[in-house]
Amino acid sequence: MPSLGADMEAGTLVEWLVKPGDRVKPGDIVAVVETQKGAIEIEIFEAGKIEQLLVGVDTKVPVGTPLARIQTEPEGPPGAVAAAPPPAAPAVPLATPPLVRAPVTPPSPPPVSPAAAARARVSPAARRLAEACGIDLSTVSGSGPAGAIVYADVERRLGEAVAPPERKRAPGLDLDAMRSAIAAAMARSKREIPHYYLAHDVDVTACVQWLTRTNAARPPDDRLLIGALAIKALALAARRFPAFNGFYRDGKFEPASAVHVGVAIAIRGGGLAAPALHQADRTSVDELMARMRDLVQRTRAGRIRSSEFSDPTITVTSLGERGVETLYGIIYPPQVAIVGIGKMVTRPWVIDGAIGPRSVVTITLSADHRVSDGHAGALFLAEIGRLLQEPDKL
Amino acid sequence: MNDIDIRQVVQEELNNIAPEVDLASVDPAADLREALDIDSMDFLNFVTAIHHRLGVEIPELDYPKLVTLDGAVAYIAAKLGTSKT
Repeated sequence: MPSLGADMEAGTLVEWLVKPGDRVKPGDIVAVVETQKGAIEIEIFEAGKIEQLLVGVDTKVPVGTPLARIQTEPEGPPGAVAAAPPPAAPAVPLATPPLVRAPVTPPSPPPVSPAAAARARVSPAARRLAEACGIDLSTVSGSGPAGAIVYADVERRLGEAVAPPERKRAPGLDLDAMRSAIAAAMARSKREIPHYYLAHDVDVTACVQWLTRTNAARPPDDRLLIGALAIKALALAARRFPAFNGFYRDGKFEPASAVHVGVAIAIRGGGLAAPALHQADRTSVDELMARMRDLVQRTRAGRIRSSEFSDPTITVTSLGERGVETLYGIIYPPQVAIVGIGKMVTRPWVIDGAIGPRSVVTITLSADHRVSDGHAGALFLAEIGRLLQEPDKL
Repeated sequence: MNDIDIRQVVQEELNNIAPEVDLASVDPAADLREALDIDSMDFLNFVTAIHHRLGVEIPELDYPKLVTLDGAVAYIAAKLGTSKT
């Protein structure tokens, strides 16, 4: 069970998306875990074959508990691998003690889903047959002892018409739990982090004109929003100013080697999550926009991946075009900076000695005084503003 | 496709974005961004969905014409009308 935030102590495994025998590669989503922040998709960071699932569906386990055993490639002894722990996670035991036996004894009456039970007990012969014929064992009902799937069950299943794959359920977001998680993180931030705040008005007329030109020739699927340009500019600036990109932990600052921009996403009905756009500084604006759309959709549907949750190195927050002109974020620990983007307004602006209407956005920085000073913060904000003057180069 | 069908499609797509809103109770002349609390990303998703479902081209410059329920229906109807002749 990976740690998906400094305040997380345990998580409930709600769904396995793999079964023993499945081959996995790094980045595959193997399970869904319910936490205070909602349902999170757990990615695996090893290549290999799932040997055994160690935690049953609907089981709550502490952070650090191995969830499954995988046979890593090429050979190597089997090791217990929880979906790889992010840096903050307590060490995950790599060698499991001689296995304490399959943990899932399907409770006799109803609660466990048929799929979960089916995955728990399958005879080796049945598994081989299912694998050979491409049968998903979760679609087979078992007639063996304690509901185990035996060879004959798979044979019977082979004769049936192929059932449509069961729709993955999207475990609903628990907004009350999310509120508690936000409260805990923000209270800790205000208690521990000496924030300082800066604001900078940026003329983004060049961005607006560039977007108008670019989007005119594109179908809606490929159109860009100014937010994508802002994230790219922020990511490039963060790479140049490492004091705003990283984690403050155990009394010292660890700059991050990559720039993963957390995007604060409001959830309808109240709630907030800030999953990461990975390597935003090395990603094209088009790709960032596509990933942003995907991220917003998945966040609101409650399907965020573990790595997206655990590793933003800096966060951006924006209240949209109907929001306010200026907002100051609260740093999400252990990060050390958050950039706020206000709504765009048309303002009288002096350019070359003449006053004209320009599109202006107020960009703010809340940063950790243990790590940086206002002087560096001002340069960082100015760099973002400068980058936004040349949107075609982003 | 008549106006009633178009309104149906528009309402379905808006409900995909804002599932908790009862569109029957929304003033058809109200600004959807306010009435439904949708942002620029939501609006872009709405335009994308309409484009895919009805094949209507909606350039960015025309977005202001779609910000009310009535406006969106009239705009799409006009577009569908011209594209068929």
